[in-house]
Amino acid sequence: MAIIVDAATRLVVQGITGREGQFHALRNRDYGTNVVAGVTPGKGGEAVEGVPVFDSVRDAMAETKPNTSMVFVPARFAADAIYEAVDAGIETVICITEGIPAHDMLRIYNYIRPRGVTLVGPNCPGVLSPGKANVGIIPAEIFSPGPVGLVSRSGTLTYQIGNELTQLGVGQSTIVGIGGDPVVGTSFIDALERFEADPETRFVVMVGEIGGSEEEKAAAFIAERMTKPVVGYIAGRTAPPGKTMGHAGAIISGSAGTAKAKQEALEARGVRVGTNPTEAARLVADLVAGAR
Amino acid sequence: MDLYEYQGKELFRRFGIPVSDGRLALSPEDARQAAQELGGAVVVKAQVHAGGRGKAGGIKLAASPSEAEARAADILGMDIRGHVVHRLWVEKASEIEREYYLSVTFDRGEKKPLFMLTTEGGVDIEELAATSPEKLARLHVDPLVGFHPFQARWLCFAAGIREPAEQKQVIAIVGKLYETFVSCEAMLCEINPLIVTPAGEVRALDAKVTIDDNALYRHPDLAELRDLAAADVQEQRAREKGLAYVKLDGDIGILGNGAGLVMSTLDVVAQAGGRPANFCDIGGGAQADVVVGALEVITADPVKAILFNIFGGITRGGEVARGLLEALERIGIDVPVVVRLDGTEAEEGRRLLAESSPANVHVESTMLSAAERVVELAR
Repeated sequence: MAIIVDAATRLVVQGITGREGQFHALRNRDYGTNVVAGVTPGKGGEAVEGVPVFDSVRDAMAETKPNTSMVFVPARFAADAIYEAVDAGIETVICITEGIPAHDMLRIYNYIRPRGVTLVGPNCPGVLSPGKANVGIIPAEIFSPGPVGLVSRSGTLTYQIGNELTQLGVGQSTIVGIGGDPVVGTSFIDALERFEADPETRFVVMVGEIGGSEEEKAAAFIAERMTKPVVGYIAGRTAPPGKTMGHAGAIISGSAGTAKAKQEALEARGVRVGTNPTEAARLVADLVAGAR
Repeated sequence: MDLYEYQGKELFRRFGIPVSDGRLALSPEDARQAAQELGGAVVVKAQVHAGGRGKAGGIKLAASPSEAEARAADILGMDIRGHVVHRLWVEKASEIEREYYLSVTFDRGEKKPLFMLTTEGGVDIEELAATSPEKLARLHVDPLVGFHPFQARWLCFAAGIREPAEQKQVIAIVGKLYETFVSCEAMLCEINPLIVTPAGEVRALDAKVTIDDNALYRHPDLAELRDLAAADVQEQRAREKGLAYVKLDGDIGILGNGAGLVMSTLDVVAQAGGRPANFCDIGGGAQADVVVGALEVITADPVKAILFNIFGGITRGGEVARGLLEALERIGIDVPVVVRLDGTEAEEGRRLLAESSPANVHVESTMLSAAERVVELAR
């Protein structure tokens, strides 16, 4: 099991001939991900270290039957690439690209939702199911298979917590980087719902940050719908209001979206929240040890 | 990117939303001339990216051109919540019968544009939403279907706007505001207040527009509206170098890779009793020259110590170490630098630092110990 990506993943990489696209497609393949095709318009018929390249996702679909796409094309073309993947019948789209206009994402989100397509990102590090598949840029070597599902709006902060967990001897089922943009395809609740349904996942760590109110909504979801214990961590406790802190979505608007409000919402629903990544990892390790 | 009121009103005018006639003024003389051209009483309004201008004394009524000149002299150079006033908007004074509030914004939770309309204008909308939600008409628009007039009618009735002539004007403004929102790829278009004059005319008395930075490449005319003089000099330099940088008020420089990790680093430094001077994210896959550039920006602030917190994914520890060593040589950093490297090529980076072992570089193995060390060294 695990969620979103696993041994059944058949990956097509949109933008495979770009520098970053190629590097990470091959790194994902080296990890064991089944990379079946790449797409770069105009380069159909070529190959990238044995991965066949097609002009369109439709062509790739006809020949290699991918079920998942990783989007690595530049921001100006990324929205188009997502529509193309969905049009070709791809079920899961993982978009690494940063800088897609928010209005494009609004339309994409409302387009894919009724079609049952899973979109992770944009502006995200991807999804890793240790020992099974890695789709994206997450450095897999710092993670190990185990019972903890990890969902986060931040890439490197996820590595930080994952690394601390691994050092404490606690492995992970799946690591989902949902991305730092205002509109993302997979919300905390979407990921939590999947972790709840995944038999391999027994504990969940949710890493949030300032901006928006997804963490508050997730708190209500955890209280009402989850049986598995969740530990939280929220970054940006000292962030000033009105400033975009690196991620387009990480901004406190007025009094909304503060780390304090999110932490309180989680704690009010019985979720334990670490005040720093190390403490959050220890809280999880304690839970895991207690369940052994 | 936030627009000034006068820029927002210019957009409104372009899309057919009624606004008052006005002029931009950069000096008291400009203001006098503007008042002369406009005729009658005028309002002199500070143009800054901050709320609460009126309370801060940044909005004044002037009955004559000479009075406009005097008020302009008072307001120019004023500091409103850390923003110095360099521009004024001088517009014809309006008679106000009633004040409403109208906005369309991104509802991040619903992933749809959200309209809000209330007849309780000129108020803090967050407060109204919390205390009297029934007074606030809210309506989502499906971005795939777009806006339709029935939605504006519904908003009007829900907000209690029933007078036919007035309703007709508000309905038109709602439609045009949506057009502005979508055409300009705004994150927020807010009219607070939307006024009704004694003659029954509905008009935007203020304009708050925020444009999506990621969409500016499609709107070169809007991108040009950015006021480079208003941006913090360092934030401007950092933007040119492709760094995400935010100036803060402490004395410990913070550099890391990835927005979440840098935010978390600020928090941990604060927990250890320190005060971060900035937020600086070198992003993913940064080469040595980006690190040098980031250090140039950070050391332009009066920092007592610097913390490097790098967890390499696509960023390689070796590159970061090379950048740091190069910066030490090129820009001569004499404050202590605490370095924590983990992830991709972290060993290579630590080896490089150990080999040249500059006296002011301190390597720590964890994020928490690095934070404690840098706070200690900044004392």
